Amino acid sequence: MELDAFMLSRIQFAFTVAFHIIFPAFTIGLASWLAALEFRWLKTGNPVFKNLYKFWVKVFAISFGLGVVSGVVMSYQFGTNWSGYSDFTGNVLGPVIAYEVITAFFLEAAFLGIMLFGWNRVGDRLHFFATCMVALGTLLSAFWILSANSWMQTPAGHEIQNGVAVPVNWFEVVFNPSFLNRFSHMVMAAYLTTAFAVAGMSAYMLLRGRRRGREMGQTLRMEGARRSLSMATAFAAIFAPVQIFLGDLHGLNVLAYQPTKLAAMEGNWETQAGAPLLLFAIPDEEAEENRFEIGIPKLGSLILTHSLDGVVPGLKEVPPEMRPPIWPVFYSFRVMVAIGFLMLFVGAWSIWLRLRGRLYDSPAFLWTCVAMLPSGFIAVLTGWFTAEIGRQPYVVYGLMRTIDAVSPVTTGAVATSLIAFVVVYAIIFTAGTYYLVKLLRRGPDEHEVMPGGSLAERPKRPFSAAEERLPKGDVGRERARDRDRTPAE
Amino acid sequence: MFGYAEGLEGLALWLPLIWAGLIAVAVIMYVIMDGFDLGVGILFRPAQRENWRDRMMISVAPIWDGNETWLILGGGGLFAVFHLAYAVLMPALYVPIIVMLLALIFRGVAFEFRFKADASKFLWDASFHYGSLVATFAQGVVLGTFVQGFTVVGREFAGGTFDWATPFAMMTGVGLVAGYGLLGATWVVMKTTGELEMWARRKAYRYLLGSVVAMAVVSVWVPFLGVEIEERWFSTPNIYYLAPIPLLTALVAFGVWRALVNERHYAPFFLSIALFLLGFLGLGVSLFPYIVPPTITIWEAANTVNSQLFALVGFSVVLPVMLGYTAYVYWVFRGKVAEDLEESGYH
Repeated sequence: MELDAFMLSRIQFAFTVAFHIIFPAFTIGLASWLAALEFRWLKTGNPVFKNLYKFWVKVFAISFGLGVVSGVVMSYQFGTNWSGYSDFTGNVLGPVIAYEVITAFFLEAAFLGIMLFGWNRVGDRLHFFATCMVALGTLLSAFWILSANSWMQTPAGHEIQNGVAVPVNWFEVVFNPSFLNRFSHMVMAAYLTTAFAVAGMSAYMLLRGRRRGREMGQTLRMEGARRSLSMATAFAAIFAPVQIFLGDLHGLNVLAYQPTKLAAMEGNWETQAGAPLLLFAIPDEEAEENRFEIGIPKLGSLILTHSLDGVVPGLKEVPPEMRPPIWPVFYSFRVMVAIGFLMLFVGAWSIWLRLRGRLYDSPAFLWTCVAMLPSGFIAVLTGWFTAEIGRQPYVVYGLMRTIDAVSPVTTGAVATSLIAFVVVYAIIFTAGTYYLVKLLRRGPDEHEVMPGGSLAERPKRPFSAAEERLPKGDVGRERARDRDRTPAE
Repeated sequence: MFGYAEGLEGLALWLPLIWAGLIAVAVIMYVIMDGFDLGVGILFRPAQRENWRDRMMISVAPIWDGNETWLILGGGGLFAVFHLAYAVLMPALYVPIIVMLLALIFRGVAFEFRFKADASKFLWDASFHYGSLVATFAQGVVLGTFVQGFTVVGREFAGGTFDWATPFAMMTGVGLVAGYGLLGATWVVMKTTGELEMWARRKAYRYLLGSVVAMAVVSVWVPFLGVEIEERWFSTPNIYYLAPIPLLTALVAFGVWRALVNERHYAPFFLSIALFLLGFLGLGVSLFPYIVPPTITIWEAANTVNSQLFALVGFSVVLPVMLGYTAYVYWVFRGKVAEDLEESGYH
């Protein structure tokens, strides 16, 4: 591997996108989570939800800020490092990216200001509207950027004229063959990422609360932790299986449109009927075979073709230089799938505990939630590695090789910028993580000022007395208590 | 002007003109809006009191993100409708663009981190100030490089990594720092009260002087760059049509000064914007119809008609809505920033 401008540009792009993608993935889910919290607050008047909102909006602000600054970098890198790509795809992808800017970015940016700073300046309903607009903006942004990315995977609706791609049918460009699969899979991934981050954080607060005992000041916070753990695990229980189903659909699409990528994901060298599902293997690119294979016979074919003897393509269908790097694709795919099934397991466990009324009281479950806190981020990253590395050696599948996409820039310039990005991202990522951890450790504030009467104005004693008397995990009585607590506004 | 677009008619002739106008608007919006908040950053370190800094930051915190989005629209719009220009300009401007992006990162994260930090607040003060300063300088360098032109062969940039590093581009870099500083100072005058307002007023005089000097130097320097801009301005009859631009510029600059002397609140800021618009008009007159001076015109760089139309449909529907809610957000956060931080409604 020669470290020329091409290779360095690839490393730089991979590094900057990998850094960027985790923040939008988190904020897509968080924005909807905030909208849900604010909706429940407006609906019930229960200060717990407002308190949770005020806490999570700070987490959102930091993550969104990091997403924005790293996103601006992405929008210029197509040109600075990949001008061949920009020239080739500009007619098709230029408008798609521009639509993302005008429909999504401005919406997010404008209403984010109201979300963060507007409490004293607009009414509650308008504030809620702003939150919804930010959530909508994140989803629209995902829509357009995944449309562009999907077009690079399964290009459609274009012609090649004078060596560049030219659009002929916009509907086919935007809704290209893998778009809906990719969009639904990614949005669900973002939601699950947030669900597990919220669940992990809430479980951590509950565990800490248990350790410290019931201090006076802990009640609203503990109630919030219970509420968010309940909401997040319910979400995971319902949608982890949905995500596995969506992933399966997406796999069928890859089989149909990107057989070589699929072969790399499966670690399948020979085109064969009745292919096994490999749980583990060490692919050997030199010998074109796997070592230490552990697989379940015929299951690969069953999953991919829904038939025990279905034919699954192998890597040897194409010459070695047209294959993607096998190792990263093979392993990152397995990590993503494993996390998917772990999420399914945690979701199922939560249902079981919930039915027994012990959702908040099983230390084993709470610790598992804490351990699963980063799982969504890892799944998003590994899934993204699978998709993008699996597309190689093409930047636009079947149309343009990555090597032809690079800019006429010098190795020195790219090497310097790469080092600069690594240093700068390390600094801001460290600082960002530090402030996030600081926020999370402190947890929601205990005394937030609320329109219609602050918490301090409400009688405190019955409040905490109710807390004392409540038997652990009695869901029905907890609900009754919430009703009692609802201020009459 | 159609001498540059011979043989073209209908949409192929008009769409690139419309789009050049729209992208020019996006760039102007960016320069003015992120200009004043970058300017606030430029003034940040000189503002020695912590309460002053807090108020200055609060004055732009709810809107800076939207302001910066115009930069993405400028780049994205170029990619959307003049992708050849995007593909040629970005590699040519590799170094200043990357420097600008890195600086904007430090500027951007400072908004969030600074309000979360205790002991390390001074680090994010520096991050905000130097991020703004360096980003502004890099943008000025890009501007200067644009005016002096690029080496292009075929569909690719064919110059060197450091073609931009000329005395002229360094001068436009410094000039833009003065210009954004003026916008930032007059913004602070408009948005704050008391001693901070008076301090910003004093700063505004200096940045006004700097801006006027920079504009004058650019005007005198450009003919020496040996590009065809000189001929456009000084040949007859052009000189008669174009003379009002520099005259008006001088008049507006005087107006900013008068408004500062008379302790007006809004006028200095809006007259400073007018000064920028006139500078921009001058540049437009100089460079039209080149999008990669002095070789690629807007017609040569334009995407296919189909591609331009698809983007235009969306822009005509979405842009008014977008401008509407952007204006609404500015309206929500109108008025002077409270001296007490708690009252300013920080989350």
